[in-house]
Amino acid sequence: MLIRRPPRFAMNDRDVTPQSSYMNRRDIIAGLTAATGFAAFPQTANAKVAGPETYKPLVGSKTKYKVEDPNAPWKAVTGYNNFYEFGTGKDDPAKRAHTLITDPWDVKVEGEAENIGTFALEDLIDFNALEDRIYRHRCVEAWSMVIPWVGLPLGPILQRFAPNSRAKYVQFFTKNDRKQMPGTRWPVLDWPYREGLRMDEAMNPLSFLAVGVYGRVLPNQNGAPLRLVLPWKYGYKSIKSIVGIKFMEEQPDTSWNLSAPREYGFYSNVNPQVEHPRWSQASERVIGPQTGLRGALARRDTEMFNGYADAVAGLYAGMDLHKFY
Amino acid sequence: MLALKSLLAWLKPVFFIGLSLPALWLVWQWAMLLGGFPNDLGVNPIEATNRFLGDTALRILLITLAITPLRDITGIVALSRLRRMAGLFAFFYVCAHLSSYLGLDLFFSLAKLWKDIVKRTYITLGMTAFTLLIPLALTSTNGALRRLGPKRWKRLHWLIYPAALLAVTHHYFMAKGFQIMPLVHGAILLFLLGWRLIKLWRHQKP
Ligand code: HEM
Repeated sequence: MLIRRPPRFAMNDRDVTPQSSYMNRRDIIAGLTAATGFAAFPQTANAKVAGPETYKPLVGSKTKYKVEDPNAPWKAVTGYNNFYEFGTGKDDPAKRAHTLITDPWDVKVEGEAENIGTFALEDLIDFNALEDRIYRHRCVEAWSMVIPWVGLPLGPILQRFAPNSRAKYVQFFTKNDRKQMPGTRWPVLDWPYREGLRMDEAMNPLSFLAVGVYGRVLPNQNGAPLRLVLPWKYGYKSIKSIVGIKFMEEQPDTSWNLSAPREYGFYSNVNPQVEHPRWSQASERVIGPQTGLRGALARRDTEMFNGYADAVAGLYAGMDLHKFY
Repeated sequence: MLALKSLLAWLKPVFFIGLSLPALWLVWQWAMLLGGFPNDLGVNPIEATNRFLGDTALRILLITLAITPLRDITGIVALSRLRRMAGLFAFFYVCAHLSSYLGLDLFFSLAKLWKDIVKRTYITLGMTAFTLLIPLALTSTNGALRRLGPKRWKRLHWLIYPAALLAVTHHYFMAKGFQIMPLVHGAILLFLLGWRLIKLWRHQKP
């Protein structure tokens, strides 16, 4: 914010204007100037983030999931993302997510499964069996980051709830708490945030439940304590801070699809050939370790299924991906 | 009278500096970025730049439209003299906003720009707003005012109202989900336009 004092030479006015009206006018002008400065000076998304050492370390075993390109810096992964429950600015999550309480954390499992109920985080996740996975994260806003997650494959965890034969889909819910998540006081989306997958998508070995990033527990802004990571889909499918899992027979609602069905489909697979009404998806800005002009301008062509076609293309065999976007 | 004159004498330069600050700040930040120094552009400097310029353009457009109501409220007639400067600053930031998009996002591809204009509603709206502002900027000189005559000049400059409405709509359609800032900008604009409508209506009452 800018508050400017009127320059000295304005003081000459005192000689010729009665004191009362002079004060009045000066106040008005000072106010106007300050208001102008404030109003005309927007902020840029640029959060100061706490370093990794602030977060508890997690040990994961090395896996084959890697990306050729270098990881995005910690500052980018934890300081620049979308998590509308904390505001719509890209730096809002980093600035405001500290109010989220992640311990204790329960997940309610319901719907078409045998083993339903409410489970504590520690009962869902074996913190001694974690894996490291490096995935490319592709946001629908046409930027990407390479991110080293820590967590467990989703499929085996879902199996433990023993979904029945009617379970064709699975839906996930983010925590929805007006006190802890100030962004939910305004209906940017129809809260709680929800996402969904077809069961075979959820069972795909790429589908991952993350509890950490960069060998540390997830910072709140990244969806602590438990989030999905689906690297072949646009980022918003990778739902954060999960408190609910529901097995369903019908295709579930998803938040962005409810908000703008023409822009965000149920599948939301990364696909450079399907145009988005806002952003061309043919290429993406790379948010990586490079700085300076080269870093700012870095782009790459977007790959089909974000480069994971070998692992997931079979899920969509015979489907018209222009229709099922 | 003397007080008013000296008021104007420093109000104009202060206003000029105030409206230049966003541009100076941005140039400074880019200088730091190019030099490899820490800066406030964040990890996506191009998005930050484009949005910063869009926000600045829209806000200065609103400031331009706020001058007449402010003059009416405060009774400081001299404020009117700031209107042209504010309008030209708004146009400058719109040009910079468009240039940053064309240059840093599309790498100067006019073909891509055209595709966006045809295809993306929010770009169509922004581009229309920009196009409406061009004749206003071109006829902002005293000479143009004289040549056109005050009546025709006024009628032409009425275009700022649809331009501002389009700009707010551009922001509304660009924002994902149901966001608050476009509504705030829209509410301010409606207030500023409503003020004029009420004045007009009062004027016409017998
Ligand atoms: C009167 C003219 C215009 C005004 C006042 C204006 C204002 C704005 C505003 C306020 C935003 C939102 C920024 C934010 O979210 O912080 C925006 C976004 C944007 N504008 Fe404009 N704009 C205008 C014309 C244009 C034109 C002519 C183009 C390009 C052809 C354009 C391209 C964009 C783009 C691409 C974005 C989105 C940036 C992003 O997604 O990060 N605008 N504009």
